[in-house]
Amino acid sequence: MITMAATLAAFAPFPVLEHPPARARTFRVEASQYAYSPGAIRVNPGDTVTIELVSRDVVHGLFVDDYGVSITADPGQTSRLTFVADKAGSFRMRCNVTCGAMHPFMIGKLNVGVNTWLYRSLALAGLAVAASFILFIPKNKIRQETV
Amino acid sequence: MRKLELTRSPFIKKALKSRIPQLIVLVVMLTGFIFAILAGSTGSRVGSQNFGIVFVWIAWWAVLILVAVPFFGRGWCGVCPIPVVGDWLQRGAILDPAARKPKWLKLRVPGRLRNMWIQNLSFTLVALFSSVILTIPLVTSVVLAAMLFLAIGLSMIFERRAFCRYLCPVGGFIGLYSQTSPLELRIKEKKVCARCEGKPCYNGSDLGSGCPWDVFPGGLSKNTYCGLCLECIRTCPHDNIAVNLRPFSEDLASPSGKLDEAFKAFIMLAAAMIYAFVLMGSNGAVKLAAFSIFSPEWFLYAASFLTVMFILLPGTFWLAVQAGNYKLPVTGKRFASASTALIPLGLMFWVAFSLSFVMTNATYIAAVLSDPLGLGWNLFGTAAITWQPLFTAWVLPAQTLVLVGGLFWSARTAWKTSQQVNINPIPVIGLCLLVTVLMLGLLL
Repeated sequence: MITMAATLAAFAPFPVLEHPPARARTFRVEASQYAYSPGAIRVNPGDTVTIELVSRDVVHGLFVDDYGVSITADPGQTSRLTFVADKAGSFRMRCNVTCGAMHPFMIGKLNVGVNTWLYRSLALAGLAVAASFILFIPKNKIRQETV
Repeated sequence: MRKLELTRSPFIKKALKSRIPQLIVLVVMLTGFIFAILAGSTGSRVGSQNFGIVFVWIAWWAVLILVAVPFFGRGWCGVCPIPVVGDWLQRGAILDPAARKPKWLKLRVPGRLRNMWIQNLSFTLVALFSSVILTIPLVTSVVLAAMLFLAIGLSMIFERRAFCRYLCPVGGFIGLYSQTSPLELRIKEKKVCARCEGKPCYNGSDLGSGCPWDVFPGGLSKNTYCGLCLECIRTCPHDNIAVNLRPFSEDLASPSGKLDEAFKAFIMLAAAMIYAFVLMGSNGAVKLAAFSIFSPEWFLYAASFLTVMFILLPGTFWLAVQAGNYKLPVTGKRFASASTALIPLGLMFWVAFSLSFVMTNATYIAAVLSDPLGLGWNLFGTAAITWQPLFTAWVLPAQTLVLVGGLFWSARTAWKTSQQVNINPIPVIGLCLLVTVLMLGLLL
């Protein structure tokens, strides 16, 4: 039963939520050591996303996990990246040009629709606790006496 | 579940009894370690192009936290290069046991210091400065060299491996988490040890040195302080030492109840969450604060870091233990024993955090292999490999699996330890759920 519930939580189709119709969205993202501003972008599935990357100090890049698209921007110049947000979820945007000591940790977020994987994970966490109650409670008897 | 004695295999036993295979690995590790120090101080100042940074904080860290600690416990300590030179100097030999007349001071570490508190402090210090240590090659080089020379210096002053046992910032958490590993070194028969004259496994003999980790194998019941150096296998005249495969987390069935170990669990759990927030998050101001050492922002960051680590998490845990049985006072032993539940969760938090960090930066390993100093070499033709995160589609499900699995493992441990400390485990499990939800939110 626990395994079935876990499988359902992990793989069952997520209820389809009403999204506004897909449209073109443009975001101006400023990059500076070691952050993007805004740090997170939210779009709807199917939107055509254009990111205008502006670097405020050194050369920076922007790579979107899973989408595999990237762009670089020289200081003071604007570069444009356009792609269709056809995968739902939360994706890290990372600088892909070595820009200083903390470069590996220069991270932003692209949120496309609902982060269903997070909700599935929370459900699985709840199930893990429930499973521990079912599996281990009978063996456990709390003594009531005080020491 | 039964244990499987690996040393029953003549091949494994021969390989473990001989010092040669271990020596070969140690020499390779020591060479790599010294090269990492040299690369950090003389190579490229760009971390992602420097062998010191990439091989220590990406390659070694990945092997340590994703493989070595979960599956081999203190296996890394058995081949760690840091104490090797001190060991050789202390013994006055590379392969032979220590001479009967000590060459150095050979003092005993004072009783008050024979615990994990200094390791808690040393890890906290490294963690506070980690943004700089992890990213600037020269700083990595200085830290590694300092560890090497501290290990040598302490081996001249104190007996056995004082550095590994009481100071190493890494050794403390490896010891804590090694309790969950499926590998152990134990004696076969207690009676044999009780009758054994001279206890050569602890005191040394012509066959080998006494336990460098200051552990009497006859009394060994946990992995925490056994460094898997295998010296006792070589010195035992009765062939009474075994290396066993066992179920995961067997040591957690009997909590140690020590506050220093409990705080190690709090420190590690808190550090994993803080790192996930600071390093994997999208808040640039926090990253800059962590990196701007000794600036006002850094002091604020350090204060928050220490508050979460030493007040917020232990305080909330204390409340959870108290809520588990309000009729009983929360003694140090009860508090520490209940904290055993946090050990599997902490290990899995580190695995989950490391997965994203390592998979994102793993391609640097191939590039740095060809050009370890960032001087434009291309030794293996891989220097031009472009950076690309690996397995991004699999990292999130893997992190979920690890974190949820860790929560279940911790809940199971909480149910088991609750009987021994006479508390209701539900508040502790609730706290484990809360921090897991936070970690899921930070990483996913």
